[in-house]
Amino acid sequence: MTTLLQALILGMVAAGGLAVVLTRDPLNQSVVVSFYGILLAIMFFLFQAPDVALSQIVIGAMALPLMILLALARIRRKREPPEPK
Amino acid sequence: MALFLVSAAVFGTIYVAALASLHPMGVADAASASYGNRINAATVSERHITDAVTAVNFDFRGFDTLGEEFIMFASVIGTILLLRKHRDESEGTPRDQKAGREISPPSDAVRVISVSLAGMVVTFGIYIVTHGQVSPGGGFQGGVLLAAPPLLIYLAGEFQQFCRLAPRPLVEAGEAVGAAGYAIIGVIPLFLHAAYLYNFLPLGTPGDIFSGGTVALIDLTVGLEVAGGFIVLLLAFLEETLVRRDPA
Amino acid sequence: MSHLAYFVAAWLFLVGLYGVVTSRNMVHLIICLSVVQSSTYVVLLTIGYRTGAAAPVFVDIPPSTPAVDPVVQALMLTDIVVEVTVMALLLALAILAHARTGELDPNRLGLMRG
Repeated sequence: MTTLLQALILGMVAAGGLAVVLTRDPLNQSVVVSFYGILLAIMFFLFQAPDVALSQIVIGAMALPLMILLALARIRRKREPPEPK
Repeated sequence: MALFLVSAAVFGTIYVAALASLHPMGVADAASASYGNRINAATVSERHITDAVTAVNFDFRGFDTLGEEFIMFASVIGTILLLRKHRDESEGTPRDQKAGREISPPSDAVRVISVSLAGMVVTFGIYIVTHGQVSPGGGFQGGVLLAAPPLLIYLAGEFQQFCRLAPRPLVEAGEAVGAAGYAIIGVIPLFLHAAYLYNFLPLGTPGDIFSGGTVALIDLTVGLEVAGGFIVLLLAFLEETLVRRDPA
Repeated sequence: MSHLAYFVAAWLFLVGLYGVVTSRNMVHLIICLSVVQSSTYVVLLTIGYRTGAAAPVFVDIPPSTPAVDPVVQALMLTDIVVEVTVMALLLALAILAHARTGELDPNRLGLMRG
C-alpha cells in the first residue's frame, strides 16, 4: 500500500516538474511552483522524512514564490516608471 | 535544439545507469548503512535528543551547519548590496492615480484573515523553533515561519504597524546576533579545554525542551538569524514596491 | 521500484535543463533551475530510505526501532536552504540586468561592456 502511494507521488512529482517548465509566464509559474513545492513536501512525508517536509513547505511553497512575486513587481515597476510627485 | 536532445538522451542513460548501480531502494548493505544506524542508536542514549535529524544537524555535524548558516548570512548581504544600488529612483505615485483619488484599502476578507493568522503563525513559529530537539522542527523551519507575520501585517494594509513591528535596525541587529551567537557558542568550550562546538551544557532528559545541551541554544540562535535574514530580504525586495497609504 | 525513483530524478533534471535552455524570460529560467535542484532531493531521499522503517524521530517510539537514515536528511535540509539563498541572489541579478538593459530575454541581453 505504501509502495503504491510512493509510486503515485513520484509520478505526480514528475508531472509537476513538467508543468512548471511548460508554464511560460512567470506570474502563473509562481503559483505552479508553489503547488509543486507542496507535492514535494507530500513526497518527503511519504518517504518518512518529516523534518525535510516541514522545511520544504515553508521554503518551497512560501518563501520562494514570495520572492518571485516581489521580483516581478519590482521589474514591472521599472517598466512603468511612476510620475514624480 | 537537436543537439540538446541528443546530449540529454546520452546523459540520461549514463545517469540512470550510474544510479542503478547503487543499492536498490529500501535495502541498504551494511557498509553504506552503518553510519546512519549508529547515529540512530546513539542520539537518545548519548545525547538525550529524540529528533535524530536535528541532532545530526546541530550536534554531530554542527560545524557543517555553521558553514551553511554563514552561507545564508553572506547571500542575504549580497542580495541587499545588489538591490541597494538603485538610489536614483525617486518616490512617486503610481501612474493610474490622479490627484484626490485615494488608494482603495485591501478588502475586509484579506484584512481579517491576515490579522487573525499573524498571531497564530508567531506562536507556531516559536513552538517549532524551541521544540527542534524533541519533534520535527528546528531553527531553520521555525525561523522562516517567523518571517511571515510581518508580511501578513503588511498585506493587511497596516504599513505603520509593519514598520513598527520590524524596524530595519532591529531586524539587522537580530540577524547579526543570531549568526554571531552560533559561533560564540562554539568558542566557549575552547575555554573549558574541550573541542570547538563541544556539547558542554547539561544534557537533560530526552523529550524535554531543554534536552540536548547546546542544541537548544543553537536552535534559538539559528531561528533568530534565519528570521532576521528573511525579513531583511523581504524589506529589500519590498522597498521599491511599497505604496504608502498616508492619510490625506 | 527503485528504478522508478531514479528515472524520476533523471527526468526532473532533464526537464529542468530543457526549460533553462529554451527559456525566453529570465525569471522563468530561474524557476526552472529550482526544478533541476529538486531532482537532487529525489536522489538523496531514495538513497536513505529503508523499507518498512519509521521516521528518525524517537519521541513516541522506542529508540531501537529501525529508522530511516538521518544523515541524508540533514544533507537535504542544507540543500533546501542553499536553494532559497541561490534563488534570492539570482533574482536580484535578474532585476539588475533588467534595469541595466531593459530586456528580460536572456538571448537579447547583449555583450558585456568592459
